[in-house]
Amino acid sequence: MLHTSLILITPLILFIVLGLFGKYLSPKAAGWLGTAGLLLITCLAYITAYHYFFEVGKVDGVYQKMELFSFSWLHLGEWLVVNLGFMLDPIAAMMLVVITTVSLMVHIYSSSYMKGEVGFQRYYALLSLFTFSMLGLVVANNIFQMYIFWELVGVSSYSLIGFYYTKPAAVTASKKAFIVTRFADLGFLIGILILSYYTRTFDFISLTDPKGALISNPASATFMGASVFTWAMALIFMGGAGKSAMLPLHIWLPDAMEGPTPVSALIHAATMVVAGVYLVARLFPVYYFVTPEVLTGIAYIGAATSLFAAIVACTQTDIKRVLAFSTISQIAYMLVALGVSKYEGHDGLGYMASMFHLFTHAFFKALLFLGAGAVIHAVHSNEMKDMGSLRKYMPVTHITFLIACLAIAGIPPFSGFFSKDEIMVAALHSNVAVFVCQYIVAGLTAFYMFRLYYNIFWSKDAHYHHTPHEAPAAMSFPLIFLAALTVAVGFIPFSTFTTADGAAFAGHIDWSVAAPSIAVALVGIGIATLMYKSESGKADKVASRFGKFYNWAVHKFYFDELYLFITKNLIFKYISTPVAWFDRNVVDGFMNFQATLTYTVSNGIKELQSGNIQRYVWVFAMGALTTLALVLFVL
Amino acid sequence: MNFLSVFVLIPLLTMAALLPCRNIKQLRGVMVAGSTILLLAAIWLVAAFVGERNGGNTAQMLFTASVTWFAPLNICYAAGVDGISVAMILLSAVIVFTGVFASWNMQPQTKEFFMWLMLLSIGVFGFFISIDLFTMFMYYEIALIPMYLLIGVWGSGRKEYSAMKLTLMLMAGSAFLLIGILGIYFNAEADGQGLSMNILELAQRHIPIEMQRVFFPLTFLGFGVLGALFPFHTWSPDGHASAPTAVSMLHAGVLMKLGGYGCFRVAIYLMPEAASELSWIFIILTGISVVYGAFSAIVQTDLKYINAYSSVSHCGLVLFAILMLNKTAMTGAVLQMISHGLMTALFFALIGMIYGRTHTRDIRELQGLMKIMPFLSVCYVVAGLASLGLPGLSGFAAEMTIFFGAFQNPDTFHRVFTIIACSSIVITAVYILRVVGKILYGPAVNSEHLQLTDATWYEKISLITLIIAILGVGCLPFWLSGLANESLAPIIDRLAATI
Repeated sequence: MLHTSLILITPLILFIVLGLFGKYLSPKAAGWLGTAGLLLITCLAYITAYHYFFEVGKVDGVYQKMELFSFSWLHLGEWLVVNLGFMLDPIAAMMLVVITTVSLMVHIYSSSYMKGEVGFQRYYALLSLFTFSMLGLVVANNIFQMYIFWELVGVSSYSLIGFYYTKPAAVTASKKAFIVTRFADLGFLIGILILSYYTRTFDFISLTDPKGALISNPASATFMGASVFTWAMALIFMGGAGKSAMLPLHIWLPDAMEGPTPVSALIHAATMVVAGVYLVARLFPVYYFVTPEVLTGIAYIGAATSLFAAIVACTQTDIKRVLAFSTISQIAYMLVALGVSKYEGHDGLGYMASMFHLFTHAFFKALLFLGAGAVIHAVHSNEMKDMGSLRKYMPVTHITFLIACLAIAGIPPFSGFFSKDEIMVAALHSNVAVFVCQYIVAGLTAFYMFRLYYNIFWSKDAHYHHTPHEAPAAMSFPLIFLAALTVAVGFIPFSTFTTADGAAFAGHIDWSVAAPSIAVALVGIGIATLMYKSESGKADKVASRFGKFYNWAVHKFYFDELYLFITKNLIFKYISTPVAWFDRNVVDGFMNFQATLTYTVSNGIKELQSGNIQRYVWVFAMGALTTLALVLFVL
Repeated sequence: MNFLSVFVLIPLLTMAALLPCRNIKQLRGVMVAGSTILLLAAIWLVAAFVGERNGGNTAQMLFTASVTWFAPLNICYAAGVDGISVAMILLSAVIVFTGVFASWNMQPQTKEFFMWLMLLSIGVFGFFISIDLFTMFMYYEIALIPMYLLIGVWGSGRKEYSAMKLTLMLMAGSAFLLIGILGIYFNAEADGQGLSMNILELAQRHIPIEMQRVFFPLTFLGFGVLGALFPFHTWSPDGHASAPTAVSMLHAGVLMKLGGYGCFRVAIYLMPEAASELSWIFIILTGISVVYGAFSAIVQTDLKYINAYSSVSHCGLVLFAILMLNKTAMTGAVLQMISHGLMTALFFALIGMIYGRTHTRDIRELQGLMKIMPFLSVCYVVAGLASLGLPGLSGFAAEMTIFFGAFQNPDTFHRVFTIIACSSIVITAVYILRVVGKILYGPAVNSEHLQLTDATWYEKISLITLIIAILGVGCLPFWLSGLANESLAPIIDRLAATI
């Protein structure tokens, strides 16, 4: 109880201390303080997870949702109370491990990567804020608490993307990220409004209980032909799609790469962007039992996004953007897995696979980003054309990066293979179209990752201003550590820990699915090897063969332009400007007109009060005569 | 002598103490002392109130007192507070306190400025402690008149125009209000007793529905003008833009709250039938206010205009919530009044401080302030985040209570407007981040700005007090919402009786 609450309190205190008093600390002290604090949190999280999985979590062989504490924060009417609490279940415990591990690695890595940056203390303060919000999000015991921390995660992401606030590109990117996700959160909020009105609770335990009121006996209200729950769950997913960068709300994530690279590793690869997947997993029983049509929709959105992002990733030249699109594509994989999943026993394979992939992806994607950071640190550029032959100069980065590439490509025995294989099997059992799409994406993934790999570490000898140096110890340690995890975590028997209904089932590798997928990956790697291993004109030739399509892909299918049109033209030019004009000229104009009218009229009649006695007498006499005449002749 | 009258007496004594002052130091001393005592008294009042309630005192109004003022018309000086007025008094005291520190270097005619400011405070505090319609109206007028001089004399830009516009529009509003009050006074059935101006007594009587239909819109509109109800909000951008810092703070922070407070204390409480019947008209108007204000704010270039339009949007939400006519939404309205009061005061204080240094409020001329004045800039970011409803700051709890309360109305009309109101959270994010990005971030281009200094100690007192209050409401909203919630019961009961 005490040590679990410390998991949340420690990063909050770190944030306050580093944020308010950071400027009185030396950068080194601030870095140490942040890292030491996070080490403590990591230990506590491991203890909590261990305790949950192996000691208290299981009742009758089924993992339970355990509420460790909860207090009421705000009353929203007689029957609706917002609690803040701490709930553990398999996915929350797993996320605790993922977040603290990656965050710790990023803390260590940053002490060297960010050395000498202005605002070093602020950086660590914001990392602590992020860790706090993300942990609060995963242990939330009700959907409103999740929304609260969801927003906090958004703002810490905003401030970290805009960390280099004197750089206009970073400011624009941070703004874009916040506003796009805010728009998605509007859907989330309305979804919660609808859901809570019809279920009268925010509580996850009662919402997701398969025997609970919502699932066994949902209210039958409808709106515009669809059940209110369809609306609610689709809108809630909209929030998740925003954070997890699904089509068409993905546009903020590639730009978010303007933030420092370790931040991209932590927030925009391993943890925050999977919040949408986590949200769907958290509410999975509701999606599965009450609104299966939304779940199917999620599978299709996931499939489309994964294909789209993989195609775009093949054409990008900024190494962080390649990784960003690869992240989008991999997160979409996880959502596909959830979308095709069923609930009970082995049928819940997709759910398990999704969580498994989330777990393995966190480590190898963080590794890729940190490796890319080491490369950028060495060559001072994000562009592939400034890199090449770095294997000679940076052996540690090279080997660890290669391991991560093999993992994401799905080559055994690296972790990505195991989790991806489970996703494929789940997709095959439920939806062949999605399954085929995922096969294509697997091939593309292998291709673009090795295109990246060869361009950085092989290819030509780029012209360097100074010889690139290997990453210092504080940076290479996290790389090695994460590489070790990338190799190891695939062997965790995930199906005994994290399943949709909490009961373990026996997992095994289905070689009839795995073998072709390895073959597809190898083909992708092979093509990349042919095209990029040594400098040749082959790549350009292929690109020109695709012509227009290639161009579309390079421009990310013009989604950014579309959004720019919506914001710049529609909102600014055609809504806000006319509204402001209307306000100043019509509404206010009317008020001013009244004033002018009053003024003119009184100006006109003020002459009547002239002070001229003769005139007064004349008017008086005339008036008296008229009255007399009226009295005499009319009455 | 009733304890509540202290809140009128302290500003009065402060005014008297200002008279013999010779130099700015003495004036500041008197003002700091006066406003600190006010703040302490307000905190004490909250503590005393909560103590009484916990002690089991369930009377609707506590600390009541009534002195007959003008017997033939049965007009009394009647005072009393419930949880909502207590909260509003605390808010006003905080804003007066911080406003004093924000106008530290007010020149020229400092003495007169502070005296008018105190007169304004008398009006504000008097309004919140009154439970007699006539006294309430009188204090309302006392609060309006100093505004004309404060803007007209100490303002900037087109100050005469703005002062005139603001005063005339608000006066027109109070003319409607006066008719409304007289309508209530003469039509409340007397049951053999004389006519009454006392709200508690009036609440026991019944006003015929035909009369309510006439006087409810008038009363609501009268208060609504002060609450920046569309389309009677246009005094707000001009007025705020021209007003000096402390006046903007007080006006947007407290005076605009008089409107919301009056709406449910008088209009809805005394005329519940007409309120449920006619609320739809005003829901449309306030719904427009919320979105319209936010959209207008997007394209403004003057910091004060942005904030004024943002106030139109946020205060629109207050009236919107009141019109939802249920307890949760009305609790949200109270929270939103407090929250908006605090954050808009913070905004205006900061804008004043930035303007005092750079001599411009045009966002196109400001850039990279974060590097030059980090303290002020971080405070500005906090104010912005509060305004766009970040959890942990005051705006979030208020908006969420409103949205969830509003959504409890089961019909499509209310729900559609609730969703429209919800969408303001996105538009707010757009204009807040636009300003923050433009003026605080980016490289500092204007070389003259590089020499500017960060906040001074007295500015820091003002800003930190406001930020602590914002955090207090945001992190621990339950105490405030509890305070408001139980005080709303009589209003809700009367509304429920109409159905």
